[in-house]
Amino acid sequence: MTIASQSPAEALVAAPRPPAPPASRPPARRRRRKLSQNRWGYAYVAPFFLVFAAFSLYPFAYTAWVSLHRTSLSDIDGGTWVGLENYRNLLQSEFFWNAARNTLTIGVLATVPQLCMALGLAHLLNYKLRGRTFFRTVMLMPYATSIAAATLVFAQLFGRDYGLINTALEAVGLERIDWESGTWSSQFAIAVIVTWRWTGYNALIYLAAMQSIPGELYEAAEIDGASRWKQFLHVTVPSLRPTILFTIVVSTIGAVQLFGEPLLFAGNGTTTGGSSGQYQTLGLLMYQQGWSNFHIGQAATTAWAMFMIILLVVGLNAVIGRLRARADR
Amino acid sequence: MSVSARTKAASAAVAVALLTGACGGSGAAEDDGPYDPDAPVTLTLGLFGTFDFDNAGLYEEYMELHPNVTIKQNTVAQSAPYYKSLQTRLAAGSGLDDIQGLEIGFIADVVANHSDAFVDFGAEDNADELEGNFYDWKWGQASSKDGKVVGLGTDAGPEAMCFRKDMFEAAGLPTDRTELGELWSTWDKYLDVARRYDESPTKPADSAFLDSPASIFSASVYQGETAYNDEDGNPIPEESDGVESAWNYASQAAAEGLTANLSQFGDEWVAAFPNDAFATIACPAWMLGYITSQMGEDRAGEWDVAPLPGSSESAANWGGSWLGVPSSGKNVEAAKDLVEWLTAPEQQVKLFTRTGHFPSSPQAAEDPAVVGHVDEFFSGAPTGEIFGQSAAAIKRTPIGPYDTQIQEAFTTALTDIASSGTKPDDAFEDAIKATQQAVGG
Repeated sequence: MTIASQSPAEALVAAPRPPAPPASRPPARRRRRKLSQNRWGYAYVAPFFLVFAAFSLYPFAYTAWVSLHRTSLSDIDGGTWVGLENYRNLLQSEFFWNAARNTLTIGVLATVPQLCMALGLAHLLNYKLRGRTFFRTVMLMPYATSIAAATLVFAQLFGRDYGLINTALEAVGLERIDWESGTWSSQFAIAVIVTWRWTGYNALIYLAAMQSIPGELYEAAEIDGASRWKQFLHVTVPSLRPTILFTIVVSTIGAVQLFGEPLLFAGNGTTTGGSSGQYQTLGLLMYQQGWSNFHIGQAATTAWAMFMIILLVVGLNAVIGRLRARADR
Repeated sequence: MSVSARTKAASAAVAVALLTGACGGSGAAEDDGPYDPDAPVTLTLGLFGTFDFDNAGLYEEYMELHPNVTIKQNTVAQSAPYYKSLQTRLAAGSGLDDIQGLEIGFIADVVANHSDAFVDFGAEDNADELEGNFYDWKWGQASSKDGKVVGLGTDAGPEAMCFRKDMFEAAGLPTDRTELGELWSTWDKYLDVARRYDESPTKPADSAFLDSPASIFSASVYQGETAYNDEDGNPIPEESDGVESAWNYASQAAAEGLTANLSQFGDEWVAAFPNDAFATIACPAWMLGYITSQMGEDRAGEWDVAPLPGSSESAANWGGSWLGVPSSGKNVEAAKDLVEWLTAPEQQVKLFTRTGHFPSSPQAAEDPAVVGHVDEFFSGAPTGEIFGQSAAAIKRTPIGPYDTQIQEAFTTALTDIASSGTKPDDAFEDAIKATQQAVGG
């Protein structure tokens, strides 16, 4: 069944997908003429690229340049050239691997339940419900909340001595949990904050894609005797595949860059990510190196390592997506 | 020239303009002739936290004495972000105020790496007189190896031991501050008192003897000959006698569960004050105001202040600031005059009696108005006298640019002992690794 490739959902959501092969390649001469015809088009897009060059491309290259130096925050342009030494040190640093491991586990803990719940919520909201708009708005509210405000509230919920969750646990006769000091408990708590914040956002994206699935498909499935659950599995999910891929890519990028939540979760501004670094993510490590320890060269190196990891993960995603699409064909 | 080439050139020009615009800025001021002390001038101070010059009315007083001077102050709440922006401004050589506040956490970095960017008070004509205004350790902390002095001291943070009288009484411990000072004349004896408290069947339920192992560590470490650095300011945490003994005491307290294991300045620590979670805390002079505001004025008489353990041999200092004058400023001479006036002993006395900042000047600390000061909230403790004795017994321990990070590495490892049961020796190894990570680069 190849519903996915026919679904208009693809057009609705900007999902990365293999470019369709052009139907017929226009002769080269015609293309060149078109280029010069579009001069005003280029003029109109130029401001964006100027800003992009100044605020994205330049910092990007500059970060790479800084990462090749041993330099401090107060002397960024000075410092001594050390070549790839920062990268070698990073790969040999147990702090880096600890942060990488934490980023991965928090990422999985946060992303997988988040996307599954978003899919389920979107499915429910796709039914004709009373007060649908209200529910949809409410779902997006966490996304509109600032990370700082949300994390501060959650940090209090998860507090050891005066936290609401521990008070509730104690009330029902369970033991208090020192959320912040344990490895899994702290990572779980941070994953909860991320999940809370992003589930509604992803659910709305899924919902938008779901609404463009033609109703005839469901009617046909119903005539064939498929239950609601079977319809979800065999009609909804395959139709959403490009959208799901898109949300996975976006969530993965977010997970690799996770920073504000673990920083604020500590509650006292320290950048160590817990007493044994149990929830220090790569983003937090970078901040610690650059802005707590003032080694801006190291921080730039970590930034580039994070970028490489994102490229790698997104690339893997694209490859898997392409292989699956090919297998379906 | 085709359109695309022209746009390319234009875009490059704009990009260059954007970049240079961001990095450029005003350099050093030109010499505007000899200094005229009566010329109208607006002086700006870049500060962090609460220096309280404004609340103590010192700006108004100075502006009345010098009608040509207008004072403006820019304040950032926390010293860490303040220092980050100060560093980037020093790197750019622009955006600096006429006077910049400098804190104990980064004064060593300024002394070691940016002493050229500040006016050298050691080279002033009245340098000897200025030096005599301050405790030798206060003057020394702002002095570079080649004798440059980057700033003049404002307040200091001599430490004492704050304790909860009511909780001590419930646990059957003595409550007289002098008696307690003798009872915990050393940190070993302090730990004995802690054990007595811990075993007491009548102590308030769920309370611990002290807030955090960091309370012991960060006080005790400065009572050694060396803290984190050798004489030249190079970090030597593994060899320091101060670190060794501080670690010994603090790790015992952590491992034996004598502390509430709160991370200082965290949310739970703040909430713990009014909730009676701990009975003692090592308190620098500035923390008294903090404790008062956390508890609420209506709970006066519950806290009291006794001397810090081991303070008969050597006291400890936590915190304190300086005022420096960036040498690239436009109003250097006028700024120097204001700094000398604000940090003079008379003004330090006013700052203590009006807003509770303890003086960094022995003349001010020995002033009857300071010595005779009692704090009603702290059960009428003679805080002026207690902190004055502490300040006089502070050693000139060498400080370094990474003290804050190193201290955090150790206190974090102590938290790990208390919360996860990590063996003290393993935790020490972790702390050393974290130290190397912070220092190396």
